[in-house]
Amino acid sequence: MTANNILQIVLYFGVLLLLAKPLGLYMARVYESRPFVLDRVLGPVERIFYRLCGICPEEEMGWKKYTFAVLLFNAAGMLAVYLLQRLQGVLPLNPQRLPGVSPDSAFNTAVSFATNTNWQGYGGETTMSYLTQMVALGVQNFVSAATGMTVLTALVRGFKRHSADTIGNFWFDLTRSTLYILMPLSLILSLLLVSQGVVQTFSEYKNVSLTRTSSYDTTKLDDRGGPINDASGNAVTEKTGIKEQVIPLGPAASQIAIKQLGANGGGFFNVNSAHPFENPTPLSNFLEVLAVLLIPAALCITFGKMVDDQRQGRALLSAMVIVLVALMTLCVWSEQQGNPRFTAMGVDQTASDSQPGGNMEGKDARFGIANSAIWATATTAAANGSVNSMHDSFTPLGGLYPMWLMQLGEVIFGGVGSGLYGMLIFAIIAVFVAGLMVGRTPEYLGKKIEMFEMKMSVLVALIVNALVKAGTAIAVSTKAGVAGIANPGPHGFSEILYAFSSASNNNGSSFAGLSANTVFYNTALGIAMFIGRYWVIIPVLAIAGSLAKKKRVPAGLGTLPTHTPLFIGFLIGVILIVGALSFAPGLALGPVAEHLMTRP
Amino acid sequence: MSTKLKKKSLFEPTIVRRALRDSFRKLNPVYQIKNPVMFVVEAGSILTTVLFFYALSGKGEEPPGFILQISAWLWTTVLFANFAESLAEVRGKAQADALRRTRRDIMARRLAEPEPDADVTQVSSSQLRKGDTVLVKAGDMVPGDGEVIFGIASVNESAVTGESAPVIRESGGDRSAVTGGTLVLSDWIVVRITANPGEAFLDRMISMVEGAKRQKTPNEIALDILLAGLTIIFLLVTVTLLPFSIFSVQAAGQGSPVTITVLVSLMVCLIPTTIGGLLSAIGIAGMDRMIQANVIAMSGRAVEAAGDVDVLLLDKTGTITLGDRQAVAFIPSAGVDVKALADAAQLASLADETPEGRSVVVLAKKEYGLRERDIHSLGAVFIPFSAQTRMSGVNLNGREVRKGAADAVEEYVVKRGGTFPTDIRSIVDDIAKKGATPLVVADGPKVLGVIQLKDIIKGGIRERFSEMRNMGIRTIMITGDNPLTAAAIAAEAGVDDFLAEATPETKLNLIREHQAGGRLVAMTGDGTNDAPALAQADVAVAMNTGTQAAKEAGNLVDLDSNPTKLIEIVEIGKQLLMTRGTLTTFSIANDVAKYFAILPAAFISIYPSLGALNIMGLATPRSAVLSAVIFNALVILFLVPLALRGVKYRPLGAEVVLRNNALIYGVGGLIVPFMGIKLIDMIITAMGIV
Repeated sequence: MTANNILQIVLYFGVLLLLAKPLGLYMARVYESRPFVLDRVLGPVERIFYRLCGICPEEEMGWKKYTFAVLLFNAAGMLAVYLLQRLQGVLPLNPQRLPGVSPDSAFNTAVSFATNTNWQGYGGETTMSYLTQMVALGVQNFVSAATGMTVLTALVRGFKRHSADTIGNFWFDLTRSTLYILMPLSLILSLLLVSQGVVQTFSEYKNVSLTRTSSYDTTKLDDRGGPINDASGNAVTEKTGIKEQVIPLGPAASQIAIKQLGANGGGFFNVNSAHPFENPTPLSNFLEVLAVLLIPAALCITFGKMVDDQRQGRALLSAMVIVLVALMTLCVWSEQQGNPRFTAMGVDQTASDSQPGGNMEGKDARFGIANSAIWATATTAAANGSVNSMHDSFTPLGGLYPMWLMQLGEVIFGGVGSGLYGMLIFAIIAVFVAGLMVGRTPEYLGKKIEMFEMKMSVLVALIVNALVKAGTAIAVSTKAGVAGIANPGPHGFSEILYAFSSASNNNGSSFAGLSANTVFYNTALGIAMFIGRYWVIIPVLAIAGSLAKKKRVPAGLGTLPTHTPLFIGFLIGVILIVGALSFAPGLALGPVAEHLMTRP
Repeated sequence: MSTKLKKKSLFEPTIVRRALRDSFRKLNPVYQIKNPVMFVVEAGSILTTVLFFYALSGKGEEPPGFILQISAWLWTTVLFANFAESLAEVRGKAQADALRRTRRDIMARRLAEPEPDADVTQVSSSQLRKGDTVLVKAGDMVPGDGEVIFGIASVNESAVTGESAPVIRESGGDRSAVTGGTLVLSDWIVVRITANPGEAFLDRMISMVEGAKRQKTPNEIALDILLAGLTIIFLLVTVTLLPFSIFSVQAAGQGSPVTITVLVSLMVCLIPTTIGGLLSAIGIAGMDRMIQANVIAMSGRAVEAAGDVDVLLLDKTGTITLGDRQAVAFIPSAGVDVKALADAAQLASLADETPEGRSVVVLAKKEYGLRERDIHSLGAVFIPFSAQTRMSGVNLNGREVRKGAADAVEEYVVKRGGTFPTDIRSIVDDIAKKGATPLVVADGPKVLGVIQLKDIIKGGIRERFSEMRNMGIRTIMITGDNPLTAAAIAAEAGVDDFLAEATPETKLNLIREHQAGGRLVAMTGDGTNDAPALAQADVAVAMNTGTQAAKEAGNLVDLDSNPTKLIEIVEIGKQLLMTRGTLTTFSIANDVAKYFAILPAAFISIYPSLGALNIMGLATPRSAVLSAVIFNALVILFLVPLALRGVKYRPLGAEVVLRNNALIYGVGGLIVPFMGIKLIDMIITAMGIV
């Protein structure tokens, strides 16, 4: 570890926690309809919107009605994204004349963006028209994040209310999440990014002359498209010179702001935030990686405020921070150690004034070790999935931490809203075991945790866990699955395991290496994303409904306190042990085996 | 015939033999399916047995000897779990048998009409139906549960309570309930039968004790769900491991995929067998501990709820204070000699057989040397206490000596032309403020002074209440006293709150109020007027001496009729939950070490470098797998005593209890298997069996 590495981590968490509190309190005001400055400005817009859509924001919904609204809205979004992709060839705002997207890829992308996963099997600049990027993907970037926030808000109301039949109004929560939280924050961030040189334009791609031309050999083809062979049977080649380069452009800054803030992660360009037009400077990098965890961190504060016990929110945030700081530090350390094979060859991999040292393969020199590893762990901790370096090129252990962060169930920060509701499910399980240990029917935030809550919580923990393992098992047993692997040995296994961990947990991060734009992966990962999102949302909302109905038990001396360091430690223990026990064999055959093999 | 439910040693040979027999009977899969965790283990045992026979043909995936050993230990795992459950059940059954012996067919005298002198027909007790009336004479067994409608008798209830001292049962009031199978010692009673055969109290007791009617409690079901979820997760871990390892063999170009035997071993080691195997034993043992405390739980739910109690309603009399108040001082009115007061007080109390009356006589003798006199030789007429006059006393040679409540005596004195002195009024107030009861003594129209009666707080009760406070339980004293007296006693006894001048309605309202606030309320009661409150309370302990109505309303019956038993009941309830929680934690924590044993063993042929994970330095891959399986089985057996006795409960705050248990069972659960597996590996390697 270099001093710079430590400084970067400290700076990152320092600024993050500083911003989380005011934003969290602001969001609590938004959901509790207490006055804040922005509602005076945008209030009329909100009300006109309700009137246009025929929404009565005061109408309270039971959990079943709320769930139905969530699912209906998401189904409609998915269908719209699918159709826009398929029809983009005949639709406007397509200066590059890109054709309609293939059915399997369109399905995958539709599910991916509606579920807030933003797994990308395609390359943005060569596949999607501006219209698709903005209307289909851009809109989903906002509303898929807002969907996560609504489900969380409903769950928090379940804790807060007692003897109640309803958990709020979905349309009200959705509108306010988008209008008062995601849009203003995106506006601020995109302006900051534009100031750093991120592009924002409708103009077509630019062809520019290269300052230095280069050339490469191509095989000469005959009329029928076959290669022409010379007398000795070798293919005839000719030199092709490159004098020009196509520079892709587009309305990127606005997309990038929401992709980072909304835990989306779907890049405007194929290489995501490693692209100089997405992430040009160290400052833009800092802002973007800060945005990754900003809302998930702030929502913990919002939660505490809404249940009238800020200590509870701080406790969950502490658990998240502790786990991430540990894994982030380990990741930075692993990458800074460099490649043991290089070390054996006598290559100098130590950091110095002239080089960042460590394992720089797949990393941008602008970001170096620290900012690449910080980004890698932050983006996988949050269900974001955007990248500024290629995780496939990380050292085996450096790649293990991001993968494990996803396998923990995306509860260490996790997606916007979805991370905290996942964390609350883990808290329910932890409270249940800890509660039994102190000899009382477990209760969390004054609500008794009983049969129904346990059934639903176990379902949540089980579904995603099962998806990852079943998906990987199917992929490694089928030809179509194995065909996508780029690297041999345990690394190839890691690539598949990573892909299913990412999709099932709605992260969207890609290990790269795996060729996933095939019918098999588009379909399999699409299904994984779909189940991983909605089969979790339904039980979570069911818990919300059940909790809201319960009476609130006042806390006493016999009540297990859930804000103390002891409980935080216990919660972390439960998360890590469930995560470790579920994935130890898989990780052993992937990154751990690879790590032990590469050791001299 | 005393069937006192004595504490039995855990491993009494007869009980162990019976339990062993039962554990084999329980191998029936139809029975096992009720416990998903152990069912999976049994499926694994069957699968490995099949693999063993296949391996005998020489084409097995592992040597037959190895598969046989694994299979044998898996069967042992199931047997150990069955044994734990059987042991708990058999202990209960032994007690049920003792109870059943008391339930014989009894010849009963059925009355044609509910009158003592109606026509009698001899019928068997099994023919008696609800509503029948029977005549029970001295030396007869009471033929069924019922209510005394005529007469009074002393009854030996040791068959039910284990207490050999006879009790009085009489018509009306709170002592009218009789239990079938008890013996009438003297006099006669007419009993109206209140339960059909098979539904009587004793029958219910037997079925509860036997566990025949044992339903899973809510927390147990919730835990079952968690355990089933974990089982599915680990089932998937092992099932997917097969394709993972097949792929890895191709990718590495060497080694062989994980064998089914090793996969089954891994699965059994990972799924929470420790808690899964002991869960039902813990539940049965919890009921058993109640029975040993001489409390019969009408449902397992009540036992569990006892651990959750937030508020305890305790009757002052008999629970907090000794049943009776005692005279502690004579305070004369101005100008009256204290000896004269003591003399009058003694006179008024001579025929008063209540403990309070006796204490006045004793005090007069002790303090002023006044000897007891025989009331009859004096020619005095005793005026007993009545609800109308609220006084008692004697008429002696024209003197009318009375003692009673201040306002009653005032009325009496004024009616006779006397006046109620003002100093008496202030004395009365002072005594009431101190939590004592003033009894004013008057001789005709003249008020002599006041007897101070004091409640005697039971020894050690204050400490009990402070324990309860540490457990997070509020104690509320229920008393018929006025608020002033109640407050003083409450302060002295150290209860958190009190309900003064309590009536059945105010009691019921108090319970409802607390329940509306989300609290769980426990109370004890014996009288018919307690029945509504008992029915409303979440945990209701009825005294066995109480009325049938009270017993019906309660969900626990205390055979000792000891009101402080509630505190013990709460502890047993908490112990039950704690034992489940700690063993669950222990079970899961154990998995970490098992991974370190089995994973390197399973994959070493594919990636030899994974041998670095064998941090325990286990001898061979096969010895590693076998050691983990053996450890997994043995740990169930070792924890049987803990499961049956329960985790020790200390009245500490939740935070401290969690810290202690998390350290012992969580951290301990991480470390212990590393040592255990290593030890077993050393032993089996030395024996050369793998």
